[in-house]
Amino acid sequence: MEDFFHLLGETWFGFLKAAGLTVQLTAVSLVIAICIGLVFAFLRISDSKLLRGIAKTYITVIRGTPLILQIMVLYFGIAKLILLTDFWAGALALAIHNGAYIAEIFRGTIQSIDRGQMEAARSLGMPYPLAMRRIILPQAFKRAIPPLGNQFIIGLKDSSLVGLLGFQELYLTSQSTAARTFLQFESYTIAGLYYLILVLFFTFLLNRLEKRMDVEKAGGRT
Amino acid sequence: MKETMVECKQLNKSFGNLHVLKDCNLTVEKSEVVVLIGASGSGKSTLLRCLNFLEMINSGAIYIDGKQIDPKKDNLNHIREHVGMVFQHFNLFPHMSVIENIIEAPVHVKKIKRDEAIADANKLLDKVGLRDKANVYPDQLSGGQKQRVAIARALAMRPSLMLFDEPTSALDPELVGEVLGVMKELAKEGMTMIVVTHEMGFAREVADRVIVMHDGKIIEEGAPKQLFANPQHERTQRFLSQIL
Repeated sequence: MEDFFHLLGETWFGFLKAAGLTVQLTAVSLVIAICIGLVFAFLRISDSKLLRGIAKTYITVIRGTPLILQIMVLYFGIAKLILLTDFWAGALALAIHNGAYIAEIFRGTIQSIDRGQMEAARSLGMPYPLAMRRIILPQAFKRAIPPLGNQFIIGLKDSSLVGLLGFQELYLTSQSTAARTFLQFESYTIAGLYYLILVLFFTFLLNRLEKRMDVEKAGGRT
Repeated sequence: MKETMVECKQLNKSFGNLHVLKDCNLTVEKSEVVVLIGASGSGKSTLLRCLNFLEMINSGAIYIDGKQIDPKKDNLNHIREHVGMVFQHFNLFPHMSVIENIIEAPVHVKKIKRDEAIADANKLLDKVGLRDKANVYPDQLSGGQKQRVAIARALAMRPSLMLFDEPTSALDPELVGEVLGVMKELAKEGMTMIVVTHEMGFAREVADRVIVMHDGKIIEEGAPKQLFANPQHERTQRFLSQIL
C-alpha cells in the first residue's frame, strides 16, 4: 500500500501526460469514427445494391476480426507505405474499428424512426436529403446517444492497444513504469485508476448531454 | 364551367403479387369534396397515396391540374407542395414545437421568411382553434389537437388539394368531432378534398360525391344522399349495412 501511494505521487506527471495522450487519441479517432459511421450507415440503407454490399463487407470484416490485428495490419501495411506517425496510425485504426460499430448504431436508430415521419416530410414537399437532415436525423441522434456513449467508452479503453505500437499513452506508460520500478501490480493499478476516472468523467458528460436534450425540449412547454 | 383538379386513368398498383388497385378511374373537380369508402384492404388508402406519389403506380396516368405527372421526369417535391396530406397517425415531428412543425416546410422548402411563416402559422392555428398551443410539443397534445395541428401544417404550404387518410380513425370518439369540424370549415371555403373515412355522417353532410371501393376497384359512386339511400352494388349494400 505504501509503495502504491509513493508510486502514485512520484509518477503523476508522467501518467497525467499519458492520460492526455489517451484522451487525444480517443477523441481524434472517435470524431473520425462518427464520420465513417454516418457515411456507412447511409450506404447500408441506400437503394444501391453495390453500396450496400460495400458497407456490409466493411462492417463484417471489422466486426469479424480482433482490433489488435487491425492495428497491426494498418501499422505494418498501410502506415509504412504512406508514412503515418504512430499517433495517426493508431488513431486511424481505432477510427476504422469504431466506425463499423457506430455505423450499425446509426443505421439502427435511423431505421427505428417511424416511417410516417419520412412520409409526412415528403408529403410537405421536402426532398429526401432535407427530410433526412431536418426530420429523421435529429430524432435518430437522440436515440443514438446511449449506445454511442457505450461505444465511446469501449473506444477509450481500446485505445490502450495502440500502446503496442510504442505510442506513450496510458497503458504503455504503466508498462514502462512497471519495468522501471519492478512494482508491476502498483503500476497497472494506477493506470486502471486513471482509466476509471476518464470513463467516469465521460459518463458524467454523456448524462448531462442526455438530460440537456430533454430539457431543451421541455423548455418550450407551457 | 367545371375545372378538373385531379384525374386518374386506369391506375394499377401491385405490392409484389398483391394487386391492390385495378384499373381505377377517378376525376375530382376543383372545390369538390370526395369521400372514399370501402372495407379495409379495399385499396382506398393506396389510391390516395398514389395521388401524392408516396406510392408509385405500376401503370395508368395521373393528371394534376390538367398536367400529366411523370414521376421520372417531374419534380415530385414540387407537386407535393400543392397536395397536402393528413395521416391517420398524425405524424407530427416530435422534436419540434407546434409552430415549428407548421413553419418547417414553408421556411425550408418554399424559402419563406421565418417571421412571415410564423405570422401565417398563427393564422392557421387560429383557424384550427389552437393558437394557445403554438409553443407546445406534440406529446403534450391530445389526439384531436394533434390532428388539427397536422391539418394546419399541411395548409401552411397553401395546397390546392388536400388528401385525408382516415384522419379520425386513431382518435377517441369524443375527439372526432373537433377534427371533422375543421374539415367541414375547409370544405366550406372551397378546398378540394379527397377523404378516406369511415365517418358516414361526415360523408352525408359534406361530401359532394361518395366513391365505394372493393377489392381494388371503384365499384360505385354517386351523391351521398342517393348512394346511401339506394346503393346499387350488392357489395355497397353489404358494406353500408355493416357500418350504419
